[in-house]
Amino acid sequence: MALLDRHKADRLGDALFKGAALFFAVSVLVLMGLIFIVLLAEAMPALRAFGLRFLYTAEWDPVRSVFGALPAIYGTIVSSVIALVIAVPISLGIAVFLTEMAPKPLAGPIGTAIELLAAIPSIIYGMWGLFILAPLLADHVEPFLNNWLGFIPFFRGAPLGIGMLPAGFILAVMIIPFISSVARDIFRMVPPILKESGYGVGATKWEVIHQVVLPYTRSGIIGAVVLGLGRALGETMAVTFLIGNSYDISSELFNPATSISASLANEFTEAVDPVHISSLVALGLILFVITFIVLAAAKLLIRKTVNGDAR
Amino acid sequence: MTGFHYTKRKVFNYAAQTASLLCAVCGIAFLFWILKDVAVLGAGGLDFSFFTELPAPPGEAGGGMANAITGTLLITVIATAIGVPSGILAGTYLSEYGRGGRVAATVRFIADILVAAPSIVIGIFVYAIIVRPAGGFSTIAGAMALAIIMLPVVIRTAEEMLKLVPDATREAALALGAPHWKVTVLVVYRGALRGITTGVMLAVARVSGETAPLLFTSFNNAYWNWKLNEPTATLTVTIFNYAMGPYEEWHAKAWAAALLITAGVLFVTLAARLVVRGRSGS
Repeated sequence: MALLDRHKADRLGDALFKGAALFFAVSVLVLMGLIFIVLLAEAMPALRAFGLRFLYTAEWDPVRSVFGALPAIYGTIVSSVIALVIAVPISLGIAVFLTEMAPKPLAGPIGTAIELLAAIPSIIYGMWGLFILAPLLADHVEPFLNNWLGFIPFFRGAPLGIGMLPAGFILAVMIIPFISSVARDIFRMVPPILKESGYGVGATKWEVIHQVVLPYTRSGIIGAVVLGLGRALGETMAVTFLIGNSYDISSELFNPATSISASLANEFTEAVDPVHISSLVALGLILFVITFIVLAAAKLLIRKTVNGDAR
Repeated sequence: MTGFHYTKRKVFNYAAQTASLLCAVCGIAFLFWILKDVAVLGAGGLDFSFFTELPAPPGEAGGGMANAITGTLLITVIATAIGVPSGILAGTYLSEYGRGGRVAATVRFIADILVAAPSIVIGIFVYAIIVRPAGGFSTIAGAMALAIIMLPVVIRTAEEMLKLVPDATREAALALGAPHWKVTVLVVYRGALRGITTGVMLAVARVSGETAPLLFTSFNNAYWNWKLNEPTATLTVTIFNYAMGPYEEWHAKAWAAALLITAGVLFVTLAARLVVRGRSGS
């Protein structure tokens, strides 16, 4: 009898434990759904007031209570693209160095050092960017770029050290550790026999990397880059410090701009007008949807390479 | 001709290798440049009163950030108390019950997206579901926001670490007649303890440096606060306000706070890595 009771208790314990585990696992799905629903509900007044025009009008005027998301969307995308242009080559270089070149005892510590860049809080990047990087850019880098590359319309504007280009630059430093560590892991999945057959026919290291490693890992590397993009799109504090908060859309990259996250950080606690608050939440919703799509794409691309190797 | 071709290939090879070396140097240079500035500019402000006094009124010298230090600790501890147990249980489901299942695959996918989701959006979400209904900013709202950010990080590391425990260990315990939940709690958790500790430390380090989700949840406070339903100062939000402010005094204090939070986060991150290294082989 006692044995039977104990058996029953064990069965009950099992059911409870499994139930609790399942509950918390499913709570992640519920959470994701709730975030979307709550943002959508809160954004409704703005979406009802402005309709689809919210997405493509450029006026953002709290005084007249007219809101269009275009300047913020534009700033978010352009600053992230600048970040990718700078960060992708450097990150891939780092990944190549760590997997193909660095001697074993060095690769570990150097990899850790690069990954520590990801551990530094965003607010520190922002503060450092504002007090150290911005004066440097304003006094030296932006005048220099304007002198030599000013014939390209991008490298113009007010050389304040605060604007679209500085924001993109600090984002680049912040996403380098993410892209390079995923790329490193993916490079490591190339079967040694493929590389050795390259070396066997007399290829140089560069030729093996370029013609064996990169084609083999293509979709994974694209995934790593897209992951970096996802990180850059949602980054808030560093961008808030450096982008300059201007709702003007300009192709001149030295000029101040704004991004979705920077607008939220600056205005959300100060907004009083319900339409203003709702418009800010709508910006958040747009950001959430864009990053969801980008990150999902990154995940699928990375999985393709990883599974391809397993087969 | 062949000689020229050969030289060209060699030159390309060296150029590419040098370039990738420079990339690594560049990354490390940024790390040390930022750390050096934070250390140099922050060290001056880290005096005794920084740790013991409340902030001085705007523009006045002196004062400290004692309330922000305790605020950051309080919010992080509450967030950990909520996020870690639920994350470990969810990770347990993924590793012990749903390995090949569709629910587990979906949870894994969504958790991976939540890990990188913009933290400021989580701040708005918590504002909408807690701050506004409750009628004001609060410690618990900030802790909730950080717990949500923590959850997917803990889930994924807990799952990975639990999976490293060999199946033979589980089978041995089950064969002795132990129920599944006891096997999980007494055997599998014990085997994965080190790895899970690492994951928790990394998650704590990550959220303690967060600013964006706290702006609309725990907000700020110039005084001491231990109540869960009142706004609370944190180091990161205080840095944001001080660095954006016009006073030199504030900037110095912000750098000191920046040094404190950076040193704390990096210390925990590095310590977590050492814990993992202690694990032989893996």
